[in-house]
Amino acid sequence: MSNPMPGVEIANTNKLIAKYDNETKTIFGFWVYIMTDCVLFASLFAVFAVLRNNTFGGPSGAQLFSLPYVLAETLVLLSSSFSCGLAVLSAQKRHKNHVIFWFLITFILGAIFLTLELNEFHKFIAMGDSWRRSGFLSSYFTLVATHGLHITIGLIWMAVMIGYIIKRGITDGVLKRIRLISLFWHFLDVVWIFIFTIVYLFGVLK
Amino acid sequence: MNVSNNKHEHLDVLVSSHQPEPSTLKNYIIGFTSSVILTMFAYLAVTHQFAGKWVMIIILAILAMTQFIIQLIYFLHINQEFAPRLKLIVLLSMLTVVVILVGGSIWIMNNLNGRMMDTKAMEQYMNSQNSL
Repeated sequence: MSNPMPGVEIANTNKLIAKYDNETKTIFGFWVYIMTDCVLFASLFAVFAVLRNNTFGGPSGAQLFSLPYVLAETLVLLSSSFSCGLAVLSAQKRHKNHVIFWFLITFILGAIFLTLELNEFHKFIAMGDSWRRSGFLSSYFTLVATHGLHITIGLIWMAVMIGYIIKRGITDGVLKRIRLISLFWHFLDVVWIFIFTIVYLFGVLK
Repeated sequence: MNVSNNKHEHLDVLVSSHQPEPSTLKNYIIGFTSSVILTMFAYLAVTHQFAGKWVMIIILAILAMTQFIIQLIYFLHINQEFAPRLKLIVLLSMLTVVVILVGGSIWIMNNLNGRMMDTKAMEQYMNSQNSL
């Protein structure tokens, strides 16, 4: 009623949508997915924050965590995020071999990170402190392993991408996919900042 | 046509139709080094715990938020490349949900914890109920 010409409004909206090229639409859509994934992580952080003191006679974070080890994990993931950025830069310049090189470095660093994380889980479980031990450990394993699962999916995606680049070279479509995977990988590093701070650093504070 | 043009320009702000700027090496290096410095600073602050628990928590939270913003700008390119305004809007709505979700959970659960009887009082109460 307040709008005398609804048709004009719709036409404008359509023009607006048409203004986006497909690449921008895809990247924006992926960005929306990443933001909803943040909400998933936030709910796991909320569970962890609520259960962090419910150790039920089991070990607390301060007794369990080794900070130098976690710092090493953090720096490895941060470096892989950086090398992923370098891969995007090379892709913009269409240097196929450089892209493959930087993605391989990213993949190796990501695999090292995942190995470190699984080794830490293995150590805890071997000591009898698995997710069954207490509410604190259940929430710890759920939060950190969900991040680890994302890393695993990212690594599989990256391996497929490397094969794809070798086969097709850097076309516009491939460049778009490279942007998406780098967005995903940087996002995982952003989530890790908060895991590092809230789970590990807050956990060992006296 | 004049009317529609006017409205279109207004909506245009959301799209910001300028060409995506290519990300530069300098940006990635700035993002990486400052992230490493902030991480090391947070780590050293905890290992040489120099203040009370709550002061430390505030310091660490500020360090984490700074690194979050730096990575948003230099790694995720929130303010350049592909519909920056729309990306920012989605980010802000995500942050709103997160603040409500995490803040609300902690608030409510701590409140419930505070209202719980301790184990001894609970046992006494249950015994008294049995004896009825």
